[in-house]
Amino acid sequence: MMKQVKCECGHVNPHGTVLCESCGRVLVEEEKSKKLVDMRYEGSARRSQTYNKTIIDKIWNFFSSVKVGVTLIIITLAASAIGTIFPQEMYIPPTENASVYYEDQYGFAGEVYYTLGFHNLYSSWWYLLLIASIGVSLVICSLDRVVPLYRALKKQRVDRHEGFLRRQRLYSATTLASIEEDSFEKIKEKLKEKRYNIREENGSILAEKNRFSRWGPYINHIGLIIFLIGGMLRFVPGMYVDELLWIREGETVVIPETKGEYYLENHEFILETYEKDKESEAFTTAIENNGTVAKNFQTNVSLYKESGETIAGQDPELEKVEDYELRVNEPLKFEQFALYQQSYKLGELSEMSFALTNKETNEEFGQMTIDLHNPQDEYTFENGYSVELMSYFPDFEFDENSEPVTKSRVPNNPAFIFKMFSPEHPDGEVSFVAIQQTIEPYGDNDLKMAFKGVDTQNVSALTVRKDLTLPILAIGGLIFMIGVVQGAYWNHRRIWIRRLGDQVLVAGHTNKNWHGLKREITHVFDGSGIQEPIDQSDETTNKKGKEE
Amino acid sequence: MKKRRLVMRTAILVILFAAVAYTLYANFNKENVHKVQIGKEAPDFVLVDMDGKEHQLSDYKGQGVFLNFWGTWCKPCEKEMPFINNQYEQFKNQGVQTIAVNISESNLAVNKFIERHGMTFPVVIDKNEDVKAAYGIGPLPATFLINPEGEVVKYHTGTLTEPMVKDFMTQIKP
Repeated sequence: MMKQVKCECGHVNPHGTVLCESCGRVLVEEEKSKKLVDMRYEGSARRSQTYNKTIIDKIWNFFSSVKVGVTLIIITLAASAIGTIFPQEMYIPPTENASVYYEDQYGFAGEVYYTLGFHNLYSSWWYLLLIASIGVSLVICSLDRVVPLYRALKKQRVDRHEGFLRRQRLYSATTLASIEEDSFEKIKEKLKEKRYNIREENGSILAEKNRFSRWGPYINHIGLIIFLIGGMLRFVPGMYVDELLWIREGETVVIPETKGEYYLENHEFILETYEKDKESEAFTTAIENNGTVAKNFQTNVSLYKESGETIAGQDPELEKVEDYELRVNEPLKFEQFALYQQSYKLGELSEMSFALTNKETNEEFGQMTIDLHNPQDEYTFENGYSVELMSYFPDFEFDENSEPVTKSRVPNNPAFIFKMFSPEHPDGEVSFVAIQQTIEPYGDNDLKMAFKGVDTQNVSALTVRKDLTLPILAIGGLIFMIGVVQGAYWNHRRIWIRRLGDQVLVAGHTNKNWHGLKREITHVFDGSGIQEPIDQSDETTNKKGKEE
Repeated sequence: MKKRRLVMRTAILVILFAAVAYTLYANFNKENVHKVQIGKEAPDFVLVDMDGKEHQLSDYKGQGVFLNFWGTWCKPCEKEMPFINNQYEQFKNQGVQTIAVNISESNLAVNKFIERHGMTFPVVIDKNEDVKAAYGIGPLPATFLINPEGEVVKYHTGTLTEPMVKDFMTQIKP
């Protein structure tokens, strides 16, 4: 059983108490030799540092340490900073493979970055553990300090022990004979004028104000913890959605995370730039200097809701909800979702036109347009001419065996193998056609596919966002700020006046802004005959006395 | 007094660590959250194959379904197709149906691919990508095993070898 400490004044303090909660007498031998007492946490017992028996206590004590807390914060800060050196995996081009991308782009540093997992830092287990540890540390640190502090401030006596007063930073002793009797009344009046709460016992006075500012840091921590809980809730399914939706002009696609309930059609993507003659003359120079300056990114869309019950793969029955012009910072909102203009890709190939042409005479036998998303097998012309599309590679390259292959299904670099039929060549002539490239694998052909033109379309990238944790984050942030204001704009100030024999002892304490306290004291004791308390601290022993 | 403190501390620590554990768990499963869960009923779909025949998953109740998602541009998919084709021939009369779902490519590309590899099993194209969404498909190839009761037995991403295909099909034999 841990011993409790009974003070000479009769008050029973928890084990580990430095200054008696009630009278302030110094209870620890080594503290008695010091000129000033350490007023942090009112000399109360931080329980964590006194019980260290079970594994639970050990874990508790680890997290209760401010040093541990600060270390965790520094490590997290450093890791977070490193995470911004190269882009996170979700921001690299979606077609790229992370395992090669980082090395390709950033060399050895990129490889190290990828190997150590910094490409996915903010959802890596160790980063989350760090954040979680900070949360645990916050809770335990706060609990471990606020409870004893509350006790000490609640139990403090008016007439505190001489040793306590003498060891305060602001202290004076005046012999009673030199004091006029009514000066006590004047002092009290002046204290009231300065909005101090006055308690009196046995002719001693304790003037105190703004005690609530001591709770500022703890209110602040509560705000932080609520904020962290909000962050945690993002992992709860349905609370948070952040997806990228690529949508081509003319396409209607299902909006992800809406359970197939909502569809979006992209009518048009618009990119506007500032043009010299269209803007006010004041901007002419700026536009000339900067070249192209984007003015507007816009996607014209229609939102549809599925009305019938269909199963996946069936064409949905869609009912139009609304038409909307989606611009940056002007999201389309529906239910709890919002769609934001995020990115775009201009001029993705959508159609290519060719003419079947005689190589010698340049005579054309017919024109064809290939829909690159849905090409036909065969294109037939008059007079016995036709073209068969033998193979189509939307995103063409040669593989290691020099075979034509496609890298993806996006028509970034289309290539075709055509078989051209004509009355002269009823079995067809084969031609491989890619952009700026024609190969005739079986010798010299009479016919060729002459390139006639392309049609492009724009692709718009929209962010699909849903965040039900925002109100919690806002409340957490608000409480955080209240705590900061409470602790920063008010100071807990106390002035003790004690009559002891023929002496009047005066001491003062504040947790910050000593200058303000001194000015108030000067005002209060001016003309009272009581010696104004002087600052006993010198630079070397001056402690900041900051509470975590 | 001391005992009460121990109980309090233990309780607070348990709550805190439970919250941390949940967060970590949820984070590592966030990719799987919308995915079809093992042991749960596979989402129904209906898609048309290259011969114009409709395939609705629920019509295959009583048979195992080997459901493969693929793309013509995907090298590992191309590699496993002959294995799937061989095993399809073995298992089609033993109550195991094979369906290959192409993700939103052109008919031409898919038909040429089928010709090139001599594929005999039904190939459907998920034009709207809603089946892809319903099954939460990420990288290709992806294979689902659905038992005769219509429940998902297994989910596999990455190339399959022929013994694996055989083993998979055996698992869902009625």
